Order: sequence, then structure tokens, then C-alpha cells
Amino acid sequence: MSVGLENKGGFRAWLNKRLPVDQFMADQLTGYYAPKNFNVWYFFGSLALLVFVMQILTGIFITMHFKPGWNTAFDSLQYFVREVPYGWLIHPMHAVGASFFFVVVYLHMARALMYGSYKGPRELLWVIGMLIYLALMAEAFMGYVLPNGNMSYWGAQVIINLFGTIPGIGEALTEWIRGDYGIGDATLTRFFSLHVIAVPFLLALLIALHLVALRQVGSNNPDGIEIKENLGADGKPVDGIPFHPYYTLKDIVGVGAFLTVFAIVVFFVPTFGGLFLEAPNFEPANPTSTPEHIAPVWYFTPYYAILRAVPDQKLGALLMALSVAAFLFLPWLDRAKNKSYRYRGLLSKLHLGLFFVTFCVLLWLGLKPADGLYVLLARIFTALYFLFFVSLPFVSKMDGNGPVPTRVTYNAH
Amino acid sequence: MRIKFTSIVLTLLIGAAAAQANEGGHASWQRAAENEVANLASLQRGARNFMAYCSGCHSLKYARYSRIAEDLKISDETRDQLLVKPGAKFTDYIRSSMPEQDATEWFGKVPPDLSLVARSRSPDWIFNFLTTFYADPASRQTGVNNLQLPGTAMPHVLSSLQGVQRLKPVHKEEEKKEGAAATSNGSGESAAESGHSDSPFEPGVVGSLTPAQYDGFVRDTVNFLQYVSDPTQVERQGLGIWVVLFLLMFTAIAYLLKQEYWKDVR
Repeated sequence: MSVGLENKGGFRAWLNKRLPVDQFMADQLTGYYAPKNFNVWYFFGSLALLVFVMQILTGIFITMHFKPGWNTAFDSLQYFVREVPYGWLIHPMHAVGASFFFVVVYLHMARALMYGSYKGPRELLWVIGMLIYLALMAEAFMGYVLPNGNMSYWGAQVIINLFGTIPGIGEALTEWIRGDYGIGDATLTRFFSLHVIAVPFLLALLIALHLVALRQVGSNNPDGIEIKENLGADGKPVDGIPFHPYYTLKDIVGVGAFLTVFAIVVFFVPTFGGLFLEAPNFEPANPTSTPEHIAPVWYFTPYYAILRAVPDQKLGALLMALSVAAFLFLPWLDRAKNKSYRYRGLLSKLHLGLFFVTFCVLLWLGLKPADGLYVLLARIFTALYFLFFVSLPFVSKMDGNGPVPTRVTYNAH
Repeated sequence: MRIKFTSIVLTLLIGAAAAQANEGGHASWQRAAENEVANLASLQRGARNFMAYCSGCHSLKYARYSRIAEDLKISDETRDQLLVKPGAKFTDYIRSSMPEQDATEWFGKVPPDLSLVARSRSPDWIFNFLTTFYADPASRQTGVNNLQLPGTAMPHVLSSLQGVQRLKPVHKEEEKKEGAAATSNGSGESAAESGHSDSPFEPGVVGSLTPAQYDGFVRDTVNFLQYVSDPTQVERQGLGIWVVLFLLMFTAIAYLLKQEYWKDVR
């Protein structure tokens, strides 16, 4: 699309001759058509980007004062929180921000599951998204270890030891990760390097790729029909509206609502009942004192519950890895003709609904001690978790082929 | 359908948070500290109590005298006379007076730093710890034991104030049973609901304070420790109200603007 600034003078023309600012805006925002029927679930993509930027900004200020290392990490963080102006605000923003990152990403993923956003032609978009999710897990884990609290230490023990279950190279791999025979100074300094440089760079790259892929195929929508297949006389999708101003303005409303909830947590309940910041982490790491029960932060607990459900540690670790990786195969496991669950049968709806419940129950179980009834429940729900992926090809084939409307569902204001 | 999914997700998240918050039930003798961290007078009394009774052995290594004086509105004069330890400067962190080697010799361990104890434990935990010392001849080191932290190495430092209470024989039996149950399933939850709301203690040696006065003394001290664990909490909540109000207004205006533009979309 040509913008036609050739006749104009002034700074803007000067700039555009040298840098295609207006062209970029026209291609990416005002000339990019998105379906007009986005609902509340479509806020979480832009919100994830917002949280990413916020984590980088707060992280920059923490990095100025934080001193990684066995003897310095805990003290320097307390110094930051207590003595650096607004450290008391920036640190909880970063720590609570990590949890909100996962809240937003999980809701973003749930949206993709409900409306079949991972299905062709968006398979790569989904796969890149899953890579972002994996990188985010690594980033969050290392960030959690850095303050060297007691739960940081014991949580890291459990998670790093998982790599030890890999046959042959396991033992050597754990030493390579820790840089030592146990978690110590070398572990913290390398995690710092990875947490502030390597993984954020990787995340930025993957997010850029995610957006490029999104622009290539266009957004899906709650009805799961392709708006590009229904063009008007002007060559624009009849069910599409320019991303700017419509969705930029709408996303700002989402940003406002999100920041309100975020601020309530940061200012009034930053530990969120021990869920976002765990009580044992207010004690420095102590290799001779194990917390009452070790649990990772809530966003890892669904997988942790699966790990503990299996009596054999090696098999448990394998199942845990599989449970994360399973999402990658969704585009090829789902064999329905229709994308959106709106136009699938009751069986499909119950099938997906049960999976959401299963995920949440596993999340809860992972926070509980692994004994008695909890273990039994974890086993049942682990089975249900995998049953979802295994049965998806059949369920989706069976009742995912009903009639779909030609236009998206939209009620004008 | 959407609404259902949203509510399921939200319900479970909130449920998980609530379950986490209620972690570990409480025994019948455990009480809530009921301290108010915005109460300056209480915090000042708590600071005085801490310096008089705790700081000999326990440090607050992340807190400076000057910051505490500033936050608790203690005058420079009072600060230097009553708060700052002899030999320390008012800008110093609060260190314990006891050399670590002596501490290990006397108590078997170095008394922990208490800067963050209100966050790593909880205000209620400290309150119950400081109110449930009782005479126990079986403890040869200190002559006392504690319901909240059985086998604690800490002597009953506040015995001149509280006196030394005795555990009722009934409770001794229950303690044993509960202790056995607790070890069998690895958590303290079974200690809950033993059905007695009255005190498990009977008076022994009398102290200089009445039980109510002593509770008040401990409450102030706990309150001070809660302040020290997160010294900005009152300021943070004060600012938080304005931030949330601003964001609500911002969201409302953004919504109206969005509605105006979206009128065109048919």
C-alpha cells in the first residue's frame, strides 16, 4: 500500500524518505484487517506483550542493585526493597508480574483451544507460541531461583534433579546446569546471566516471530471462520476492521482493566496468600533445613502434580515432559473440520471443558503434599490429562463438522 | 459457554488461592495476634519492647535505627536515648549484642535474625510462640517448653513479665496424641479441633503483668516485627488506593472512547 506523502514537505516527509514509518503503520495497523467479533478472550495476547515489557523495565532497575551469588543475592534484594527509592514497589511488580505473565499466557492458550486457533493455517503460529511458553518457563524458573530464598533453593533442587533422570547424560547434565556438584554460587551467577540476557533475547525474538506469523495468516476469531475468504467490493474482508483505531483503542480498555487488577495485587496482597511469593522464601537458602513441603510456584504445579503421580521418578519425569510437549501436537491431533468449539457438538464441548477442569485440579494438587487422597486424585487426573490428547483425534473427527455461518457473529453497539 | 469457562477458571484460581491461604489448620490454643500495623503508638511500644527484651540476642540486620525512628515518628532525642544501642550509630543496622560463638555455646545455635520472621512465619505464629511458654522439667537447658515450637532452644526471656505458666494435665495428654498424629501424616493439620476453647494453661509462677497486659505487650512486639518485615506496607497501601482509583477512571474513559469509535462498526 502506498501512503502518498511525496508531495508533502517537512520533517515527516524527510523522515519517511529515510525510514518507512508511515508505510509501516499503514501495513501493520491501519491497513491490517482483524475480525470484528473478538471477545474478551482476545485481550490476552496484547496483555502478554504488555507484561513482557513491564518485566523488562522492572528487571532493568532490579539488575542495577541485585548482586547474584550465594552470599549476596538475598541481602542485596532486601537492600533494594528497603533502601532503594521505590524498590518496595518495583520488586513486587516484578515478582507478581511473573505470576500474571502466566495467568495471561494460560488464558491466551485456553482461547486458542476454544476457538481452534492452532488449526491450519496457524500451526506455526501455535508452535512458535508454545516455544515462547517453554522459554517463559525457563525464564520464570531461573528468576525464582535468583533471590536464593529457601524455597528457591529446594525448588531448584527438585527441578534440576529432573534432568538427572535422562539416561546416560543425566548426571553430567545436572552438573553442567549447576556449574557445581550442588546449587551454589556458580549456579546463581549463570542463572543471572541467562535470566537477564539470553532468555529475554530469545523471548523477544520468538515474540517477534509470533507477530510476523500472525500478520501472515491473520487472526482467528470466536467463530473460527476465515474472514479473508469473504471480501467486499473494495477488496477488504467484509467482517474485518482496521486494527487501528478499533483494536488499539479496545486493547487500551483491556490494559486499564488488567492494570487495575494487577495494582490491587501488587499494592494490597503481593504474596497472594503465599501463592505468588511463598513464605519459606523469606528465609535465606539453607541446605540443612528443608521447608515443610516443597512445591514450585503455582504455574508449574500442574506438571509437578503429574511428576509426583507416578511412583517411578524416571517415568514421572518423562510423563511430565510429555505433558508439556503434548500441546505442540494439537494442530495435528485435532481433526475437526470446524475450528471453533462453538460449532462442534456437545461431546467436544464436554471434552474440552473436562480438560480445563483437569488442568486446574492438577494445578491445585501440585500445591498439596503428596500423600493419601491427593496421590490418588493426581493419578486419576493425570490419566484424564493424557486422555484428552489421545482421544482428541476421534472426538474431533466425530462431531466437529457441523454447519458454520458464512459471516461472523457480531451485534453492533 | 464463554461465561462458563471464564467462571470455571476464575473459581478454581480463587479456590486455589483460598486453599493455599488456609494452609495448615490451627490448634485450639492458637490465637490470632490481632495487631494493627498502622497503629503508631503500638509500633513505638513494640520497638521499645524489642530493644529491651529481644535485641540482646536477635538482630534485625536489614533495619536501620534511623529508618525505624523516621517511620515510627520517634524524635531524634528519644531515638538516641532509647533506641540506639550503646556503641552503635543511629544509621547502623540493628545487630545482636551477642557474639555468635558465645551464642552457639550457650544455646546450641545462633538466635535467628528477625527482620523477616513475620513474613517467613506469620504475626500469629510469633504471637503464639511468645505466649505459650510453659514450665517443663523435662527441658534441662531452659526449664521451659513451647507449644508453638516444641523443643525450642530459646529460654522464656519474658518470664519476669508473664510468669511461668503450667500446662494443664489434660492438655499434656492431648499434646502427646496430637504429636503422634502429626508425625504419622507429616503435617500439623490433625492438631485442629480438639474441642477446647479455654486456655490449655494454669497459672504457675506469677509475673509482673496480668495476662491481658502481657498479651498487649506481645501484640505490640509482634506488630513491630510485622512492620520491620515489610516497612513500606502502610505507605504502599495508602498509595495503592490512589493508583487503583486512577486506573479505574482511566479504564472508564478508555471504554467510553472505544465505544465512540466502535459506533461505526456494523
